[in-house]
Amino acid sequence: MSGKHQSLNIAALCFAALTLTSCAGRQQSVVNPAGPQSGQIATLWWFFLALLSAIFIIVMVLTALTLTRRHRGIEQEPLEATHLPPPQTEAGLTRVVTAATILSIVILFVLLVTSIITGKNLSELQDRKNPMVIEVTGQQWWWQIRYQNSDPQQVLVTANEIHIPVGRPVMIRGTSHDVIHSFWVPNLHGKRDLIPSRVTTEWIQADRPGVYRGQCAEFCGLQHAHMSLWVVAEPPDKFKTWFDGQLKPSAAPGTAVLQRGQQVFMNHACIFCHAIRGTSASGQNAPDLTHFASRRGIAANTLPNTMGNLGGWITNPQNIKPGNHMATIAMNPPDLQPLLQYLESLK
Amino acid sequence: MRIISGVICCCSLMLISSCQREHRDIRPSPARLAIYGDAAREDLIRPGGPVRPEAIVTNPYNASAYDISEGSRLFDWYNCSGCHAHGGGGIGPPLIKKYWVYGGEPANLFDTIVKGRPNGMPSWGGRIPEYQIWELVAYVRSMNGEQPRSATASRQDIIQTNPQNVLQRPPGVTK
Repeated sequence: MSGKHQSLNIAALCFAALTLTSCAGRQQSVVNPAGPQSGQIATLWWFFLALLSAIFIIVMVLTALTLTRRHRGIEQEPLEATHLPPPQTEAGLTRVVTAATILSIVILFVLLVTSIITGKNLSELQDRKNPMVIEVTGQQWWWQIRYQNSDPQQVLVTANEIHIPVGRPVMIRGTSHDVIHSFWVPNLHGKRDLIPSRVTTEWIQADRPGVYRGQCAEFCGLQHAHMSLWVVAEPPDKFKTWFDGQLKPSAAPGTAVLQRGQQVFMNHACIFCHAIRGTSASGQNAPDLTHFASRRGIAANTLPNTMGNLGGWITNPQNIKPGNHMATIAMNPPDLQPLLQYLESLK
Repeated sequence: MRIISGVICCCSLMLISSCQREHRDIRPSPARLAIYGDAAREDLIRPGGPVRPEAIVTNPYNASAYDISEGSRLFDWYNCSGCHAHGGGGIGPPLIKKYWVYGGEPANLFDTIVKGRPNGMPSWGGRIPEYQIWELVAYVRSMNGEQPRSATASRQDIIQTNPQNVLQRPPGVTK
């Protein structure tokens, strides 16, 4: 390979690496921390990156120097003789290798200690006063969200979207309904596995308002890749407005079309799995739809929540997310339109 | 040489037998999406005796591990367990048993689910898609060991049957 080709290839690789770093965007990024926990993790990451990059560059420079160095008098002497350096050179080399070994061990210990310190700092951010407790249950392939409260009137069940007030510690109590999932919102904290019949906890806190994307981080079956959630961090007063709105039962259908839509929902298989508070639908196997229209996405945020997407999803969910547990139900077009309008009216 | 070819034959037979096990019909054909099924074409309810379906209808999801496990999921989701308690019975009759009041063939079970039965079994016809009813049928039959071992779960967290206690149908009553 010619030198020109080689440098072109390297340039292409660097470019690809750069584009990859910008792929995730700032809504789902470990290096864009939004809270104290992810701040600790990001600091650790930058420290590792800086130290290890420095070592990498030093090693590469030394290797290049060795490769390009002129070998003194090697052509004239017999090969065996050059392999036996004089005693003073031998002693010098031994010192250098020993020093390098000790330095490597010291560096590894520094990495270990900083990592342990970060872990300790993260654990000190737990068990704080006045936390908000949110239960997250992973299911194939969506998230059930339940805001816990000692007052049963204040317990809220929703799906695939978590709203949290800025500045308040939030305890995520995670479990799973079927297989092992993993809760991961990179802007807020690391991964935490959700394990069937066990409860794992993770403390998160958002210090600035924003919308952060989370993703299942443990392979959980066919639609693992389409199992995401949004965490919306809002100022406390805005959060309170949202929470109080979500606690209310669903809006009663006002017009004839919406009433027809509600009838369609109640008379089809939808009612077996979905709940809409304020109606007789109380299925517990699928996302709660009481305030469905207020959410950003459908099918665990596979698609944006628009009427067109919803129509496609209800008509043939297996086309959008093959293997998911929503049944394909034959539905007549005159029934579908009112149903869509009814669901999109559930603000 | 004969031993080697014998081993190869056995291996290929095992491979063939596992072909259908993992087949996933995740996009069922429009016919199976119909929400009303009348597969058994049974026009009379004849309790108290062995019932042979008038037309032999085979369950499209026989011997499919995926569909049996989906059936088990639906059995809980649609609260069949509420009355039949994972096959043990309670408010409704047990489903691990020798004698079936309305017949134990796939078509009979299908009909029972679609049409409902007197004294409490609700009718599911017109409410859930036909393919889900077939998945439920496959699961109910697997409780009695009437699905191949290769397709059924070897261990369950709920009531399970094993080869020693699978109840044999009395000869001559059904197949």
